[in-house]
Amino acid sequence: MTTATVTDPAAPRGARPWRAVLRTEARLFGREPAGIFWILGFPTLLLVVLGCIPSFRDPDPGLGGIRLVDAYVPVSVLLSMIVSGLQSMPPVVTGYRERGILRRMSTTPVRPGALLGTQMGLHGAAAVVSTCLSLAVGRLAFDVALPRQAFGYALALLLAVLAALALGALVSALSRTSKIAGAIGSVVFFPMMFCAGVWLPVRAMPGTLARVVELTPFGAAAQALDQAASGDWPSWAHLGVLAVWAVVLSTAAARWFRWE
Amino acid sequence: MPNTPVTHTTPTAAGGSGPHPIIEVQSLTKSYAGRTVVDGVSFVVEEGEIFGILGPNGAGKTTTVECIEGLRVPDTGRIRVAGLDPVAEHAAVTRILGAQLQESELQAKLTVREALELYAAFYPSPADWRPLAERLGLTERLATRFGRLSGGQKQRLFIALALIGRPRVVVLDELTTGLDPRARRDTWELIEEIRTGGVTVLLVTHFMEEAQRLCDRIAVIDRGRVAALDTPAGLIGRAASSTTISFTPSSPLEHAVLAALPQVGSVQSKDGRITLSGTDETVNAVVTLLARHHITAHQLRVADATLDDAFLDLTGA
Repeated sequence: MTTATVTDPAAPRGARPWRAVLRTEARLFGREPAGIFWILGFPTLLLVVLGCIPSFRDPDPGLGGIRLVDAYVPVSVLLSMIVSGLQSMPPVVTGYRERGILRRMSTTPVRPGALLGTQMGLHGAAAVVSTCLSLAVGRLAFDVALPRQAFGYALALLLAVLAALALGALVSALSRTSKIAGAIGSVVFFPMMFCAGVWLPVRAMPGTLARVVELTPFGAAAQALDQAASGDWPSWAHLGVLAVWAVVLSTAAARWFRWE
Repeated sequence: MPNTPVTHTTPTAAGGSGPHPIIEVQSLTKSYAGRTVVDGVSFVVEEGEIFGILGPNGAGKTTTVECIEGLRVPDTGRIRVAGLDPVAEHAAVTRILGAQLQESELQAKLTVREALELYAAFYPSPADWRPLAERLGLTERLATRFGRLSGGQKQRLFIALALIGRPRVVVLDELTTGLDPRARRDTWELIEEIRTGGVTVLLVTHFMEEAQRLCDRIAVIDRGRVAALDTPAGLIGRAASSTTISFTPSSPLEHAVLAALPQVGSVQSKDGRITLSGTDETVNAVVTLLARHHITAHQLRVADATLDDAFLDLTGA
């Protein structure tokens, strides 16, 4: 817009502000070794520990003939998403609001939404890197086959990342302080890990329990990833459950998020 | 106005060559949950001046400037910054208005250099951050993380960030609160330099000394209203009694004689020392009176009223 007093060459130059925000937030992300360990190290480490138990490497008829270590690769993949989206992101975003960082940014030509978008992008990317790490370690150390239905796997992965980030965004929206965000994150963390199959892979759960868990975002994701890993296109029911969760959670987060 | 607002020197507000307004606030009101915080505030800030908003805590100062910054939407009233509406034309306003907010922080692990580079990238034609950092004494601290800066260093960084987009006006909200006296004085010098550089300053404060020393004009805000708007000298002149005279007479003096002098406010005496309030005229009258009665005034002291006195009178605090 141009007025008598302000000429406006001022459409900010292309992507420069966004790139600067991304570079800055990526640097800050790199300065949190604890966060990096929990997102990138912990899920793979869990896989390694479990894979070193001899009985986990024997075919298990209860799992349809695959080994427990095979079943735990998708679990560790989902674990990285839960840690990233639910444990790591909400305290950061809530802290940015609590400490006036978003408000300070509101007084510049860049919208504070850039900061939130960047944080979600970085946490999503970290979860994907962690996924690749789990798949690689599973393949190299324990001879776990790579997903046979790669596109189906990638699609299920994408929807699971979106659902995890949306859940984290909702926690950020509902928490007034970063301490509350940490607390809510931890409370939601355990049921989500259970649904992802950390204690018992979803495919090994008794029928009724499995049906209920499949309606949760990470239960559905676990089933979809299992199907794609073994070469089938993931069931549209599981993908649909994931997509609905992603939409509902992000709509709720957008509805309740406060900039200050 | 072309894209080089920071370099030219600006006529002072008092200059007769037609100063023009850069911030206009008309009948601004804002309430939260039924409680009226700002109740019909109006004032105009001229380009090139240091304009103070002074008032007790909770008077509505911060809410007023947050409406100017476009962070809050006024209930009623009209605000223009260089002719722009801070809410409807927020993006355009952010390019000409630099803000330092009360109680805002940066990411704890962000270094000073990274903060300067980041904020410089937000603006279409930013100032070079190197000389800016130099001028604000931050050059030694470029590699220091925000979380490790002292209060004064943080405030200086926020001033740098407010200036980095080469704004025409900066809003500084309680800039020196929490600083030690030395850092506060350094900051005052900086603010004067900013104005010398041609940038209009809107300064929110509750420090009388700060307002008196820096501001060309001051709006005193009390309970959401503008209680007075004048130069510091003008405000002091409005104090009920602008001068205090005290002395110990060499021989006793009737109170009634003193009270009859022109423009005397009050007369008190304690342990033989007399204190009376009045104006410049009273001072002359007292001196003449004493001379006529051949009375010597020991330890004669004349003190001007300060902005403090004016403020207390205006706000009834």
